[in-house]
This record gives sequence, structure tokens and C-alpha cells, in this order.
Amino acid sequence: MTAVEDRPAEAPEREVGKARRRKEDARLITGRTTWTDNMVLPGMLHLAVVRSPVAHGKISSIDVSAAQEAPGVIAVLTGRDVADEQGSIPCAWPVTPDMVNPGHPSIAVDEVNHVGEAVAVIVARSKTAAQDAVELVDVDYDLLPAVLDMEQAVAEGAQLTHDHLESNRSFHFVFDGGEAGTGVDTDQAFADAEVVVSRRFVQQRLIPAFMEPRSVVVQPQGDNYTMWSSTQVPHILRIMLAMVTGVPEHKLRVVAPDVGGGFGGKLQVTPEEVISLLVARRLGKPVKWTETRSESLMTAHHGRDQIQYIDIAADREGNVKGLRCRILADMGAYLRLVSPGVPVLGAFMFNGIYKFPAYRFECDGIFTNKTPTDAYRGAGRPEATFAVERIMDELAVELDMDPLELRRKNWIRAEEFPFTTVAGMTYDSGDYETATQQALELIGYDELREEQRRRRESNDPVQLGIGVSTFTEMCGLAPSRVLGSLSYGAGGWEHAAIRMLPTGKVEVVTGSTPHGQGHETAWSQLVADRLGVPFEDVEVLHGDTSSSPRGLDTYGSRSLVVGGVAVVNAAEKVVAKARRVAAHLLEASEDDLDFSGGTFSVRGTPGSEVSIQEIALATFAAHNFPEGMEPSIDADATFDPENFSFPHGTHLCAMEIDTETGMAKIRKYACVDDVGTIVNPLIVEGQIHGGLAQGIAQAMFEEAVYDADGNLTTGTFVDYLVPSAADLPHFDTGNTVHEAPGNPIGAKGVGEAGTIASTPAVVNAALDAVRHLGVRDIRMPLTPERVWRAIHQGGDGGDRATAGTNAWGGAQTETTAGVSTPQSALGGDQ
Amino acid sequence: MIPAAFEYARPTTVDEALQAIADGGDDVKVLAGGQSLIPVMRLRLAAPETVVDLARVAELRGVRDDGDAIVIGAMTTHHDVMIDPLVQQYAPLIAEATETVADRQVRARGTFGGALVHADPAGDLPAVALALDAEFVIAGLQGRRTVPAAEFFVDYLTTAVEEGELLVEIRIPKLAGEWGMRYEKFNRVAQAWSIVAVAAVVRRENGRIAEARIGLTNMGSTPLRATAVEAALAGAPASPETIAAAARSAAEGTSPSSDLNAQADYREHLAQVLTRRAVTAAAGL
Repeated sequence: MTAVEDRPAEAPEREVGKARRRKEDARLITGRTTWTDNMVLPGMLHLAVVRSPVAHGKISSIDVSAAQEAPGVIAVLTGRDVADEQGSIPCAWPVTPDMVNPGHPSIAVDEVNHVGEAVAVIVARSKTAAQDAVELVDVDYDLLPAVLDMEQAVAEGAQLTHDHLESNRSFHFVFDGGEAGTGVDTDQAFADAEVVVSRRFVQQRLIPAFMEPRSVVVQPQGDNYTMWSSTQVPHILRIMLAMVTGVPEHKLRVVAPDVGGGFGGKLQVTPEEVISLLVARRLGKPVKWTETRSESLMTAHHGRDQIQYIDIAADREGNVKGLRCRILADMGAYLRLVSPGVPVLGAFMFNGIYKFPAYRFECDGIFTNKTPTDAYRGAGRPEATFAVERIMDELAVELDMDPLELRRKNWIRAEEFPFTTVAGMTYDSGDYETATQQALELIGYDELREEQRRRRESNDPVQLGIGVSTFTEMCGLAPSRVLGSLSYGAGGWEHAAIRMLPTGKVEVVTGSTPHGQGHETAWSQLVADRLGVPFEDVEVLHGDTSSSPRGLDTYGSRSLVVGGVAVVNAAEKVVAKARRVAAHLLEASEDDLDFSGGTFSVRGTPGSEVSIQEIALATFAAHNFPEGMEPSIDADATFDPENFSFPHGTHLCAMEIDTETGMAKIRKYACVDDVGTIVNPLIVEGQIHGGLAQGIAQAMFEEAVYDADGNLTTGTFVDYLVPSAADLPHFDTGNTVHEAPGNPIGAKGVGEAGTIASTPAVVNAALDAVRHLGVRDIRMPLTPERVWRAIHQGGDGGDRATAGTNAWGGAQTETTAGVSTPQSALGGDQ
Repeated sequence: MIPAAFEYARPTTVDEALQAIADGGDDVKVLAGGQSLIPVMRLRLAAPETVVDLARVAELRGVRDDGDAIVIGAMTTHHDVMIDPLVQQYAPLIAEATETVADRQVRARGTFGGALVHADPAGDLPAVALALDAEFVIAGLQGRRTVPAAEFFVDYLTTAVEEGELLVEIRIPKLAGEWGMRYEKFNRVAQAWSIVAVAAVVRRENGRIAEARIGLTNMGSTPLRATAVEAALAGAPASPETIAAAARSAAEGTSPSSDLNAQADYREHLAQVLTRRAVTAAAGL
């Protein structure tokens, strides 16, 4: 047994709860790893996509002859060339039985429906040759009117996004608490209410803007294909590609190597993935496609984009009586993987943490001639949280109540958990009061209120506001039966396997594929505790359908809560098997064995013990094994949660507004989140910080803007403003811990919390700073111009000019990654 | 993000550079720091026939004292300008404004001359050069000429540098007397271009403003001087009220554009607020 390293006698320190630095970071940060675009295969060809510069038009002709003759070009394929084999990009979430899906060709055949849609693909020996040939493809379009505004799109006699459809409406989804039996009749509740406040909120369109642009490599081997893709969902991608292209599932291997972020933006089956597979199949050669940043901003799916009409009913004392939400959700030109499901997920969260007796939610999914929308960090829940946290503030103003007092009066009390809401969800655990008290102390609430009063009284040009967001969210997607009841096309379980290697090292296979979250570190901590092996001895394998064959990947704050539980359950099975071997080797009864720190020992017999590593070697040798037991202590587990988990927290933002210029600046930000048991505090802190950055970015910086012709004018990072650390405040963070009762780890999920919670806190703070000057609303993002207009001219700050910024002598409204058209070369609204 | 093919020349002297430009064909672009040119080439908004890279022209780098002026070589990087003792002594406004240019990485590669000759109306340094009455030394195959800042910026991305010519150095006159300077930049995120910015250079004498020079960034297709404000301030008492009153004319004669960050009327408003703030600070109030 000498292959096993000597181990210290004392039990190792508990790993769960330790702020471990992430073991994967060195290679991710230095780039010395398997980013998809780093891959080079012998004979590999390169793809470049020719994209539509117009938002809506019939393709009247495509001339590819010049491109085909260009140096290094192997082939040029149009939509017509692949029309019979490209199928449709799948939509896995038909939210209503009569949902209209126009079909989504990977390469447009007859008609383009948004700027940036693929119309041809160049295949060349080098990336340079492919890119040069893009400009040689000559496409003529018969222009059709572009549908760009949702409220106009649903009006009588509106122009159509797809002229073969009858309207711009994809679906009409309703959840009515009265009908579902989870609440009383909503109309009656409003009819009886003493106070009703109604508001229209705009959730602007956002771009996920992940750090690593998308990239795909496909290698054909006979009739087998391996695809490497910068995706969040290799397992889902494999199934969907098989269904779309007809390549049998067992002939297709999908690998997500290290992936540089996704934020939901890589929860997709993309046209470019389908195109790459089709080209590799047709030519029998390996191919690579890697997008430019401009292509990414223009064509990778967008997020949010809702218009929300929210009504809240209450009595004069501030007891809420009902909530009514009517939502227009922009699908863009097509339905992608879960486009319709995003607003529908929100349906169960608009009531937030409050005890509404009545609730009705209606959502129309609308087609426009824009890039399709789909999951983006939070997916449905930020929209819902924004609406309820904003309308609670508006109600507080109407009632002349303190916004915290109004919330306190209506939220679920700690002793009421588990609590079934008017939306039919059962909130698992929490204590909103304690989190709120901690957050108030963290931010120094009373001093800030005092300063606010002083600034108001002295009519200071810089006014101060404090905004509150007391949020919850649903994490751990998802119980399969619930997904089934919502017509989602798959389950919500997760799989894990543990392999005990002869030298005592451990391989953990997870179906939850990371793209920057730190799974390798967290899973190692979980397994180190359960098996009693050193943290360093655990290797986590992921993202390859040949080595981790079963999984449903990473999104919806599910990895730890679902995937981590599968890992823990697999570890428990390993221990159970090892116990039988230990009993055999120690000649003791299993019942007399203690397992601690990785060692089985016979109770009452000092010195009679065997480590799990020794058992692993004994299993490999299999010379001396229990009768009738197969020589393996490996195990796998599949976990399907019974319920979602419900993290919650209180976020407070103190905002300074320069009333002379409209500049808004966060002075202080404090939050106390309850995400259940914390496996790694450093990772949790990082997730909160990143989430806050994205939520604040929605409130203050980011917006995908289209001009009147349907060009994306925020087509580069010059105009699509992603904030950096320099633009964000210090974050004061804290935690309360109420274990999630639904899983053995007790974790609730943290990946989206900061994003979901922060946006309304920031906007509420801005309004609190200037409401006394007559401002009722300011549209997101809170650009200085909008804030200034809202203060000095009234309204919500109004529309922005759509021209790209006048700076840097280039971008302006260039949108098509190299194809300049009269539509795209506006040169500003000058 | 791959530029179209181009010819490439890397001269080591100004004379060689001028020859390379002359030989470069119809469409020659000069590569200084590349912080504006490379992005537009990668987006294929520019597809020059020849790129003449000045990186190895050593004589274009550095700052020297030339009696009544300091002279900044066109290829001196933003970083080197910012930390230069002569700049800090005689033209701290340049250092202050340069600190706000983009980010550390851009400042390490971008050049003073490159930023000026690019003449981006949203760029910070043109308005500063205008406020400091800088002079631009332009070399051609036929010799050198000097152009005052007031005549250098001709139009959007267009300067007095003609085809076949090269900006080689910028002369900043040393200022005599008690001068204060301030660059007030307004943008939404740290590394962004100015939405509007104001460069103020003010000489005080006996409690009065003897002279004020005010450069405006991004208030038209070129950097502009706020001449009405300058006139109102000349000889006026250095008081907040006087400055506030004068600053109300800051947008006179400007023609700002409307874009995602600001519509024209808002830019006009910002120019007034920022002028008041810049002049107030420059006047030491």
C-alpha cells in the first residue's frame, strides 16, 4: 500500500466555509488554457459570416461569385444552399399551446428580419481570407418597414415583423391567482381598494457582453463530429444540434472547454454553431468560427426589454391588497432557446416578498425586427423585482409613508416560513427584518438621512437619495415536475459522478458546466469534506459530453444548489461502498465503523483503521474484496430538487445627484444577502460584486439602442457602456444565513442575486434624491442627460438621440462589422 | 476585426517618413500611437493603401525647453507627457487633461501629436492646445511651417496638415504672470471620451481676471474658444458672480451634435456649467 501518501493523523480542517482562492483562476486569468479560439487543428478552415445591414427586407438576389473567386476561399454558402438541412434554431419553451413560432433559419433564405442576421457564410483557408471575402458578397434587399416599437407593434394595423404571420404577437401568457386558487379575485381587490397606484416602467434592452466572444470549432471524424464551443450548455447543445441537423446524438460530441463568461448569453443554440456543423459535414474538414466584438454585440442574443404596466392596490394604512401586471416582452425577430420563458419565469416573482392577497400577471411576447432576446443574468426575476420594488416606493409616496415601513408592514415575517405566495411558490426560509437591520447599520442609514435633510434644506446643488430594495428570487432551476407544468422542453435535474483513483486521488465529474463560476474549487471543497481527502487531491471534470455524459449545465443559479447536491450525494454513495470494503478489510461489522477525516476506524479498537485512499487502492487491486461486491467504489448520482430555493436580502443605495449637470453618482452601497449555507465566502463575495456591477449597470449605464432604421447604434463598447471598477463604488456586503431546507448543502444560490436586487435600489435612490424637485420617474439607464431633463423639464428624461457618439471618428452608427450602408453611415443626428 | 491588407513602412527619420508618405500611393495613413487608427482599420471603416509607422522615429519623441516655449515631440506618449517636468511646470493643464485620456494602456501607447492631428472633437487635447495658444510645426518635403492653434483645427477630423505632410512638434508658449488652469471633463464612465469638457487658463492680477482663455471640447466639429466668455471676463473682478454671469455665454457660437450621450441643447447647458466650474477653479476661487 505504498502508493498512498502518508496522511496527517488529525482530521483536516473543514473545507466548506473556507475562503479558498479559486484553483482554476491562474490558468483562466493568464489565458494559458483551452479557450476555443486557441484551438488549431490540422487543415482547419475558417468561417466568416456575411450579415444583413438592413432590419427587414426580402433578399432579391445574392451574388457570391466574386467572393468565391477570392484568394483562399474554399466555399461560399447562402441560406438557399443549406435550406434543406439547416432546420430551425430550436425554441424549447412553448409557454402557451398556441404560441406562434415563425421558425428561425440559421442563414436567412428569403427574408432578413434583423440587422446582423446571417445571409451567407464564407469558408476560407485563413481567417483573413474569409474576412476579406465578406465584402465581396453582393446582396440586394427589397426593403420592408421595420417594426421596432412594441407599443406600436401591438396597435391596430401595425406593420408586421414577419409578413407571413397574422400579428406581431407570439403568445399571451396569463397567471391569475384567483383562478389558480392561490389568491382572491384581482378585479374585486382593485374595485374594493382605497388606493390604487399605476405606473409604466421600461426595462431597457441589454446585451450580456460576456468577456470571451463566442467561438466554435467542429472536427469531423468519419460520420462523427466533435464540436468545441464557448457555450454554457454543451449537453443541451448536443441534443438540440442532433434534432436540428439530423446528426445522430451518439455521433456528436460537444465540448465546452474553459469558457470566459456567459451571463445567460451563452445559454443558447446559436445559428453559428449550426452553420459550423453544417459546413464541417459538407466539406469534411475541421472549421472554426470566432466572432468579433461587434458581431457579438449585434447578433448574440440580447436580454430584458420589457414594458411593464403595474397597478398596485392598498388600503390607506398601507396594507397591500392586490397587484396587477401587464407586460409587453420583446422577443426580437425570432424565438430562441428559452426566449418566451424568460418573462414567464418572472410571473412567479412580481409579488416579491409581500403578502398580496390578489395577483394577476399577463404577458404578451412581441416580435420586432431586432436581435432576439433570451436569458440574461436573472432572466425574468430582475424585471419582476424592479417592478415590485419600484411600485412599492411609488405606493409609499402616495401614502406618505416611509418606504421601509411600508415594506415591513407587508413582507412575510420570519415565523411564517415556509410561506406559499399568491403566485403559488413556497418560499423556503429567511428573515427579512434581520437582513434589513444589518443593511441599515452597514450603510449608516440614520446619518445619511440626516445629511439628506441638510442638503435639501440648504438647496445644495448636489442632492442625496437613499434607495431600498428588499428582494427575493427563485434559484436552483429547477424541479423537473415544475418545468413540465410550464411546458419547458427538459427537466431540471443534475448529475455527478465520483471516481476513486488507485493513488487515492479523486475525479469528480459534473454535468453542471462552469463558465467562470469556480465550480472546480467549490466542488473540491464539498468532496474534500465528504470523503476526507485533501482539497488538492480532487480534480473536477466538466463540459465534455464524452467524459461528463449527463448534465443540464449552468444557468439560473443552479450549479451548487442542484449540481453540488448531486456531487454530495455521489460522495455519500462512495463512502457507503467504501464502508463495506473497510469492514471487510478490518474484519469488522459495518455498524462498528466510524468514518472521520477520510479514515474508517473500528469503534473501541484503537489502531484498527483504513483510509479511503487505501480502500481505493485495494479496490483497484481487487485481490481481497468483499464476497459478491463488484470491485468499484465509484458512484454517481442524479439530483432533482423538490422545490426552488429562495435567497433574499436587503440592498441599500445612497446616491448623489448633481442637479446642475444631472450626473448621478453612487455614494455608498450596502447589501445583506441570505444565500443559505456558504461553501466559499470568497466566491460568494465575488458573485455578489459582479452581480451588483451588472445590476447597477442596468440602472445607470447600459442600453442597447436602435435607430429608426433598426441599426444597433450601441454597436461597440464606445457606445454600449459597460462600467469598470473605476465607475462603481465600494460595496459593503454582509450575510445572514438561513439554510435552504430543500438540499443537504443548505445553499440557496448566489449567481444572480446582486443583479436582481440592485437595479431598483439604485433607481429608487435617484428618485429619492430629486423627488422633492418634482421628479416622478427617470427612465433607465440614468444618463446624466435624462436626470437633468427630468429635473428641469419634467417627464422621465425622454428618449435619447440614437446616433452613436461623435467621438473617435469611427463607430457612429456602424453596425455591420465592415459593411457600410446608407442606413448604417448616418454620421450622427447632426 | 481584421484590417484590409495594406502596405507598411517603418521609417527612422522625419525625412524618411515624408518620403514614405510621398511614395505610399493615394491613401496613406500615418500610424502614431494607433489608438484611433487601428480600431477604425480593424472595423474596416478605414482601409489605407499604406500605413507609415512613426514608432521608430526617435527625433519625434520627448519634451524640450526652447526659451519662451516648451516643445513637445509629436510622438511623445501621453504617459511621457503627463510625467514630464517641463510640462508640469509650464503647462500643467496638459498634464491634467492627459490624465483623463482613456485608460493607462491607451496612455502608454497613444501620442500627444497623434491625438491632436486626429482632431477628434471629443478628444481632450485639442481644446487644451487651443486654450494654450499652442503652435503646430508641420514638416513637408519642401520644408517646415508653423501654424497657430486657432488655424490648425479645420473641421471634423481635419487639420491644417496637408497631404504629404507630417505634424512633427507642438510648441507651447510659456506663460508669464500668475496663471491658473483647469480642465473640467464630463463623461459617463472613466475611460470614455468627453461629452463636453472645458479647458480654462486664467491670469489674475490684483484680484481681477486679466485674461482668460477657454477651450471647449466636443461643442462643434472642431475644438472652439469660448470667445464671448473670454471677452466678458477680461478685466472683470474675480468673483463667483462675475464668472457665473460670463459663463452663461459659453455656448455662443457653438454647434454641438446630438448623440447617445447628449442632445445639442444639453451640451450647450453643460458647456455653461463646466465653464463656470473650470474658470472658478482656474481663478483660484
